[in-house]
Parts: sequence; C-alpha cells; structure tokens
Amino acid sequence: MKNFHVAIIGGGVIGSAIAWELSKYKLNVVVFEKGIDVAFGTSKANSGVVHSGINSPTGSLKARFCVEGNKMLQPLADKLGFPLKWVGKYVIAKNEDETKELERLIKVGKDNGVPGLEIKDRKDVKVKEPNVSCYKALWVPTAGIISPYEFTIAFAENAAENNVNFLLETEVIDLRKVENYFLIKTNKGEFQSQILVNAAGLNCRKIVSMLEEPDFDIYPCRGEYLVLDKNYSNLVNSMIYPVPPKKLGVLGVHITPTVEGPTILGPSAEFIGDPKDKRTTKEKMTTLFNEAKEIIPSLPEKAVINAYSGIRCKLASPEEGGWADFRIEESKQTPGLINLLGIESPGLTGAPAIAKEVTRMISNSIELKTKTDFKTRKIKEKRFSEMNAKEQSDLIKKDKQWGRIICRCEHVTEAEVIKALSNPIGAQTLSSVKYRCRAGMGRCQGGFCTQHIVRIMEEQFNVDVNNMKLKSSNSNLFYGRTREKEND
Amino acid sequence: MVEQGRKKMINLDTDVAVIGAGPAGLAAAISARENGAKNVIILDRNSWLGGILPQCIHDGFGVEETGTSMTGPEYAEMYIKTAEKQGITFLNETMVLQFDKNRKIIAANKKGLHEIKAKSIVLAMGCREKTRWNVMIPGDRPSGIYTAGVAQAFINLYNIMVGKNVVILGSGDVGLIMARRLKFEGANVLGVVEILPYASGLPRNVVQCLDDYDIPLYLNHTVTYIKGRERLESVTIAQVDEKMNIIPETEKEIKCDTLLLSLGLIPENELSRNVEIEIDDVTGGPAVNQSFETSLSGVFACGNCLQVYDTVDVLAMDAKKAGKNAVQNTINKSKCVTVKAGKGIRYVVPQRINEPGKIHFTLRVEKPHESPTLRVIAGDKELLKKKLPWANPANMVEFDVNISAETIKSTDTLEVLLDD
Repeated sequence: MKNFHVAIIGGGVIGSAIAWELSKYKLNVVVFEKGIDVAFGTSKANSGVVHSGINSPTGSLKARFCVEGNKMLQPLADKLGFPLKWVGKYVIAKNEDETKELERLIKVGKDNGVPGLEIKDRKDVKVKEPNVSCYKALWVPTAGIISPYEFTIAFAENAAENNVNFLLETEVIDLRKVENYFLIKTNKGEFQSQILVNAAGLNCRKIVSMLEEPDFDIYPCRGEYLVLDKNYSNLVNSMIYPVPPKKLGVLGVHITPTVEGPTILGPSAEFIGDPKDKRTTKEKMTTLFNEAKEIIPSLPEKAVINAYSGIRCKLASPEEGGWADFRIEESKQTPGLINLLGIESPGLTGAPAIAKEVTRMISNSIELKTKTDFKTRKIKEKRFSEMNAKEQSDLIKKDKQWGRIICRCEHVTEAEVIKALSNPIGAQTLSSVKYRCRAGMGRCQGGFCTQHIVRIMEEQFNVDVNNMKLKSSNSNLFYGRTREKEND
Repeated sequence: MVEQGRKKMINLDTDVAVIGAGPAGLAAAISARENGAKNVIILDRNSWLGGILPQCIHDGFGVEETGTSMTGPEYAEMYIKTAEKQGITFLNETMVLQFDKNRKIIAANKKGLHEIKAKSIVLAMGCREKTRWNVMIPGDRPSGIYTAGVAQAFINLYNIMVGKNVVILGSGDVGLIMARRLKFEGANVLGVVEILPYASGLPRNVVQCLDDYDIPLYLNHTVTYIKGRERLESVTIAQVDEKMNIIPETEKEIKCDTLLLSLGLIPENELSRNVEIEIDDVTGGPAVNQSFETSLSGVFACGNCLQVYDTVDVLAMDAKKAGKNAVQNTINKSKCVTVKAGKGIRYVVPQRINEPGKIHFTLRVEKPHESPTLRVIAGDKELLKKKLPWANPANMVEFDVNISAETIKSTDTLEVLLDD
C-alpha cells in the first residue's frame, strides 16, 4: 500500500491544476483518474472561454475565482505553453430592451473589478464584426479563448514531470477515514493519504457519499456544440454572446472562435438524468444552428464539420433557477476532505485561482516546503503548421521526423505525433494524440491519418492492435488481425 | 533538373509537377513525358505509389482501357512500371504545403523543405470521404465508426479487422465492395442503408457484392441515431419519404459493433482554394476548359480532385489528356464559352471551352430517367440531340460534340440539358 500526503480524485482541469500547484512543494501527491486520460470529462467539452467576471454576482466565489484566475492565465500560458488568445467578447443586444441588460452587466462587472467594459453602437460593432447583426453590444476586452484540454494537459504533464503520480483508469471504489488518514480503495489497489481532494466533477457527490451523507444534490446539465470548418474561421473575430437568458443559470448560445481556428456554436442547456449521457441530438443541432444564424445571417449549413456535448455539474435544479455558487471547502464532518462542488462555468477560468486556494487550505494541515528542483516546461514548441519556412526547414534538418506530415488537414508531423504518444502521464489513445497535437481534428476527421498513427503506435510504441482505444477503456478500435502478419 | 544548395530549401526546377501519385497523377505524368516534357516530378504524401489502388484488391480495373480486368495493385503496377521506365521523378512521403500563382511549390519531406519551380502543375490530389458529420447523425460518439475507405485500408493493407457485426450507411461503390470484403473475412454484414430510392454505386456492384451474398439493401432508409458510449452498440435506422423526412414509427434499432460510412467523396482542393483557383460548387473540383486547365494559367486538374469518377479507366483516360496539355503550358484565352448545366443535369465538365474541335464532355444527371434525350444548345443552334437508353446519377455520361470556331466567337453560353 502506498502512502501519499495528498490524493486528488479527478484529472479534470481542477484536479490537474491542483496537482500542478502542489508539485511545487515537497509532497507525495497522487491523482486518481477513472478515465483513460486527463481532461476527458467536462474539461474537454466546453466553450474554451476565459471569462472576465461580468456574469457572476458580486461577492460570490464564482466572481472571485473568475477574476483572480483571469489575471493568472497569461503568466501561466507563458510558463506552461498552452494556447491563449485575448480576443475579447461582444454581448449583443437585439433591441432597446436588451440594452438595459447590458447596463446591468456593466454594473456587475465593475463591482467585480472587471476593467475596460464599454457599450458600443451597431456601427462600431460592424467595423470589427462585419458579419454580426445587432442593435448595441457590450465590449468585454478581458475575455479570451483557451484550449481547455491543452490547458488541463499542460498542468497534468508538468505536474507529472515534477513527480506527481497520475493513475489513469483508476476508479475510487470506496473511502474510509481511519484515524488521521484516508484509506482509498480503487480498482487498481489500495492507497492511503493524509488529505483527500474531491475534484471528481460530476461524480463529486458520489465521492462525498462514500464518507458522509452529502448535504447537496447535483443536476447534470448538457450543453451541445457544433464545430465549423476552418474555412469559416473569419466569420467572427471575437466571441459573440447573446444577452444571457433569464433562466437556467447559463449564458446562452454563443459564437466562439477557438485558439486552433475552427469556430464553435453553442452550448444548449438541457437538464438530464444521467450525467454520462453525452449524446448530441438532431433537435439541438438544428436550434444551435438557427440561433447562430440569427446573429450571423450568412452562416452556411455545410460549414458544420462536427458536433459534441459536455455536461455541466450544477448544484441547483432548473426549478431553483439553475444558479448556485461554487463550494470549495473542507468537510466539517470529515476533516482532511477538501470538496470542490459544482465547479461549472467559470471553473475553467477560475482553475488556477482555485488551485491556489486549495493549496492554502492544505497548508493548514501540512507544512509546505518549496522544491528546489522544480522542472519548468520547455518554452512552448510551436506547431509545424505555425512555423515559417526557415523554422520548418531547420527542424527537419535536425530531426527528419519533422519532415513527414501525418495529418494532412492540420499539417501535423510524425515528430509531433511521436511526442504526443510519449507524454509523461502515459495516455496513448487515439484521442490522446488528437488532443495533444490535433492529428485527426480537421475536416477529414482522421480519414487519412488514422492508419498512419496506428502504424506508429504499433511499430514505435509496441501497442498491440487489440489494445488500441479511441478514448476509453472499452472503446477498442479493432478486433484483431484477419490473418497473421507475413514476414515481409 | 538542378538541385541547388544555396538556400535553406532544396530547390528544384521542372517542366511538369504532378501533385498526387494516384491513378490520375501517374497517368498524367506518363502522358506529359510521352508528349515531350523533359522533366516530370510526381509528389505524394504516402510512402507508396498508386494512391488508393493498393488497397483495392478486388478486380475490374482496366477493362475499358486495356481489355483486361486487373486488381487495383495490378493496375497500379502497370502504370508505375511505365513511369519508372520513363525516368519520372517520384518524391514520396512528400506533402505539398502550398503553391503560388507563379507555380512555385513548397513541399516537405524527411530530406527537408523543397521549393519546386514548375512550368506547369497538374493537380491530382484525389478526394476524401464524407464523414458522419457531413450528414450530422446525432447520438453518442463511440469507436467503431469508420469511413468505408479507411476500413478498406485497415483490412487490405494491414490485415487489421475493424468489426464483427457491421451496418453500412450509403451504397457508394466502396461501401458495396466493403460489404462483400467483410463477409469474406467472416464478419456479419447486417445491411446496407441508403437514403435514396436507388443505390448510388454501380448496378454491377449491387449484384456482385450484395445480392450474391444475401446482404439486405434498405433503400429509402437512413441512420437516425448512433448508440454506444465506448464501442458502438447499435444504430437506429428509419424509412424516409420522398422529401427525405423520417417517417415516424418506422425506426428500428440494429445491434452492431461497427458502422461503415460510404456517403460519397469530396474532391480535395485545399491547395487549389489557397491560390484562388475557381471551384465549381457542384463538382467540388476546379472549373476547367476542354484542355483541363483551371482558371489559373498553367495549372491543370484531373482525377477525383476534378470530379468524382465512376471508374479508374475513364479517369485515367482524361488524366492522360490533362498531362498532355500540361506540356503545352497554357491555353487559357480571354474569349471562352461557358458550359451551363441545364434542366435535369447536375454538372458538366469541362465548364469552359475556348478552342474549337471535337470536345469530350462528362456529366451527371440529377435523377434516374428512362430513355431521355440529351441536348446541347448554343444560342439558337442545337449542336447535339442524342437519345440515351437510360440515365442514372450513379453513372457518368460521356459524349462528344463538335464545336466550331464560329460558335466560340458568337456565343457566350452552351447549355446541356435532358428532356424526357
């Protein structure tokens, strides 16, 4: 049995950010992730938006961590190398009536300490966003976009490089508090830890209930998205949000550029019974498209190349209005159990600030000593597709694997695929590759590159074809070989 | 061909550069060489030559062209041998990143970045398969969903089995051929689902790949839902009415672990779009003149990146013409006749004519017809009136029309139409 100072349940953005923050100190830390890779739950399926803090009531934890997290992101991006762009956002009012709502958002924003908010006339908006139709709009300069999975992966991988243990496909089955430590039973054996951090996202209630009677319920709320082909990336320059709908505690269907190029439309908001039900529906695909078309009349239907959904972990039912604050607290009943409950939007933006707060809470029970040998990440390596000819040429001369393009849509090279497969947390699914280097994310959706990636996995990483997975333990890609390999 | 080392990039000069080493690229390159081009380079992103042919192990290739039925690899071999004999340069595992209006190509391979100056370029990039998202099938996102061509590559090139209980959506030729192929490998092929009232692949493939093996073909049906959180567990199929709306209460769930998609092909023209070559919205390929020259002088197009062909034979014969014309560099002229797809016609290639002579046309009709009449009209003159035994969107129609210098001078539009 292994002993840890801190055990974190959940390798989403919150668990990974906490792991990274803790990896700066002389601690034994473990992360249990039941999925096959980090960021494979809600953390990968959201809008990828860095919020400014105009949407949460003043004094709430949501407002506080959003504004704090927002300020921490640029230095972090410089350090960890995840993509981040300050594109700003327009909240658009369709008529005079909705303009009042913009005034209210400005007031909340100012109270929360959000700088630079301004109401713009239709004409000013047209100059910046020629395809958008509106009456007036609120300009939010401190809103940005981020790759939510690369953000999470960067935290996790750098934490792993600094000796945090990431145990993938490891599900916590039972928990017991014995004297002053936790006994953690998983499908991969038993572990002990002094502090237990519950960052299990949609499963946060299940984890609490293993130790005590939870005093809350969770209400999963699905959001569906549509992804547009890169050819339509120039439709918008900034994020375009409607005035938030009055119910459900969501922000409404918005048009969001992504750091990688494609624009996304969404999300819908639908309370569902089963938190694992990440289906996409014909009905929502149609509504999303139509709502976006109201904002951008020229949006062509054939622009859509993909659809996905993610599930929000809400602590308030639709009857209660769907809005509740984050809960970030040590259990009174079970000391040492730190719960992160209902971390939905703006949790992605708030993650680094939340991680700091959790670290502070841990320092109440464990003395934190800074590591002297903390390994920072190498400066962000540009993607091949982002380099100029000289950089490309130089790299190929240094390492010829940079000269073989594996993914033709996104121009991802063999070197980049190999690097993705060599990640320090040991995730080797097809999706793990896709989320790290974008191979398979383009318009042909893996039509050309899948066979080449499979060959690389087989030949350079000795992965048996029967063990190749798409995105989870039982999502096998193949059923063996049709015949034994010939010796040629 | 001169290789210079003065810059960072590897510099090459050539008469004709062909992008893509599939059947179209090979045929065009050989023809360019035979018609006087001194230097011909073929660039291809794969390590092998022949494009998709090596994975097409069924026969039927080359019948119209050579009188002999060959398998895909045999057919490819025939061209590869000729190309090698003629001293054509192959750059394999070489990805063309872009080319510009002056026909300067930038390409990458393991030796480095190449800058290739070509007098003419022949585009032969082929096509890609439509995915689940081109038809937006709702549901879960499990593993076990493959486009038919990807599944064919895994089975035929790597001996890797993609599934055991298979449903195929779309009755394109690759889908039909894969139905039979999977049956041979012991898979249970549960049916081919086609939204149209007729199969979209060749009739001979319906007989030889489905009927002969008792594989059901569900016409007027589509897949309405995909279920399975990890590996595919089932698909729901339903009947559609004439407007392709789903008929309620006809939905039924079919348990399966694999869904193959044969939804059609999209010509690959990112390189062409990048340099603002005019693209025909219907074919998805460059609009060309009778010489297969695109709107950018000195750049020619052939094969499936021009239009999706039915058979490799017709494709190769057209590609040879494109290769031959590429030797002459450019024939684009300001005065040309625009070819219009009229009543009953989906598209016509070429889209422009600027030289008189016997012009070869290819077209597709919009829907099936029994003994229709094909007409070609220029102004008030009827240039062709031809009774066809039948016409079907799955079969490309070919015909020749003599076009005079006078017609080119006096008319702006040539209309091709179909009368019942």
